Amino acid sequence: MDTLTSSGIKGFREWIKKANKSIGDFTGIFVDRAKDMDREIKGFIEIDKKSIVSRAEQNKCQTDGRLWGIPIGIKDNICIEGELTTCASRILQGFRPPYNATVIEKLTSNGAVLFARANMDEFAFGSSCETSCYGPTKNPHDLSRIPGGSSGGSVAIVASGQVAAALGSDTGGSIRQPASMCGVVGLKPTYGRVSRYGLIAFASSLDQIGPITRNVTDSAEMLEIIAGYDEKDSTSVNIEVPKYVNALKKDINGMTIGVPKEYFIDGIEKDVLENIQAAIKTLKSMGAKIVDVSLPHTKYAVSCYYIIAPAEASSNLARYDGVHYGYRSKNAADLVEMYTASRTEGFGQESKRRILLGTYSLSSGYYDAYYLKAQKVRTKISDDFKKVFSVCDCVVTPTSPTTAFKIGERMDDPLQMYLSDIFTISANMAGIPAISVPCGKDKKGLPVGIQFMAKPFAEETLFNVAYAFEQGV
Amino acid sequence: MKSERSNDNGAITEDVVRYVAKLSRLSFSDEDVAKYKKQIGEILGYITQLNEVDTADTQPTSHVLPSMKNVFREDLVKTSLSPDKALSNAPDKQGDFFRVPRVI
Repeated sequence: MDTLTSSGIKGFREWIKKANKSIGDFTGIFVDRAKDMDREIKGFIEIDKKSIVSRAEQNKCQTDGRLWGIPIGIKDNICIEGELTTCASRILQGFRPPYNATVIEKLTSNGAVLFARANMDEFAFGSSCETSCYGPTKNPHDLSRIPGGSSGGSVAIVASGQVAAALGSDTGGSIRQPASMCGVVGLKPTYGRVSRYGLIAFASSLDQIGPITRNVTDSAEMLEIIAGYDEKDSTSVNIEVPKYVNALKKDINGMTIGVPKEYFIDGIEKDVLENIQAAIKTLKSMGAKIVDVSLPHTKYAVSCYYIIAPAEASSNLARYDGVHYGYRSKNAADLVEMYTASRTEGFGQESKRRILLGTYSLSSGYYDAYYLKAQKVRTKISDDFKKVFSVCDCVVTPTSPTTAFKIGERMDDPLQMYLSDIFTISANMAGIPAISVPCGKDKKGLPVGIQFMAKPFAEETLFNVAYAFEQGV
Repeated sequence: MKSERSNDNGAITEDVVRYVAKLSRLSFSDEDVAKYKKQIGEILGYITQLNEVDTADTQPTSHVLPSMKNVFREDLVKTSLSPDKALSNAPDKQGDFFRVPRVI
């Protein structure tokens, strides 16, 4: 089974072909294998063998489906009809969505076998996968460390080869930062490229679903499948989905790559900095034109984010009141008490912190000073990118200032935790696509990630440069 | 109003935490209130750096991408969730209704 661990979709596809077993039989083998591998990593909240196998057997997709029989991990905030989907929160305890997310329909119609319930920070609030009500996932490269977050479970199960690929969601770096920390490829598509219908909302103007894969080829293939306009998501964009796999070219001769000086600051670990600088030299040696650029409002991105994201989250989380689904407290005599007790008992600490912060910044007398100001600075951040993309095809930065930190290290210091997303947040603010690709390891043997960002809907540029880089190192 | 609730370095009072908690339908022990006061104060303190940015002539972002605009569709009746499905996750129900504790 070794090739399964390392070679992503292709490895699973070839294994399936050789095995000559029924889909139910080989899916059962994949499930047992994942259960065994996940014992210490805990990338899954749970693995329901019976349900996974019976769904695989009932799928009417023919064997020529692009992902036929391929196990794909699904983050616990993407709705699968009838399957527990809880955002790793007690407040959604027992929730079984009555419909499928659009991305789930797309994966299923291509024959994918869904491995549900990849662990995550509660409601995707976190950068370490530690705020899950089910406990943390561990980094497969070092079990004493976090896998990054919030899509920590999705990333850990791909990095350990339990599944061929996975879906995550990225609101401020939740796909790219953990991908970087676990040594896999993570893509946040352009806002509107992939339907968010059935993704349980965190911050609606920032959220985007994207693939987590072992290589750039799989990332392109997965995006080709999940992208596209959806009438059920009014923010999805009606632009034709290109054949992304055709963008996988080794040639980047003449491509202009910007290096924004604001991403090379104090606070980056020395090994991370050295790896990224070496990578930039590699890109240059491959024929890319490297230019210095400036994104002057970068340093305000985290501040902007921690106004806008909690504000939107506090609105989105207002729906959890114990009435229609999820957890209802029994400690209440009347309706308002029931709301308050259900929410107080159902939400974890980080969720409460963000609800308070968001409600505060939207409250009467504060809206202009916080939310409106942040939306104005957000325009400045977007304008910075517009200017830069008029002189270069993409920009290159570290994905995260540090490699994976120890479990527990930043839990009592939310601000320090928030700063671990310093390089990923701007792409969500501006709605642009960004990809994190493995870029060697630090001296402790922990993976480093390199990030490429491009203008809206220029995913092909990202796949081109990321593929060339992946093949060149 | 502003001076009662916060000062210029972002610090907030315990009363503000209690007030916002009430708006949010959350309840906290005194110990939690003190903790959130400190943590949210630190975050708001950091966020005050936005005041450095001159935004006098800047429009706030209302759509993430300039190509996005309001979307309209025909007002057609389509199949929706059946009452059974819609109620399938209800913590408590009676007939075709969600049941809640007494309102008054």
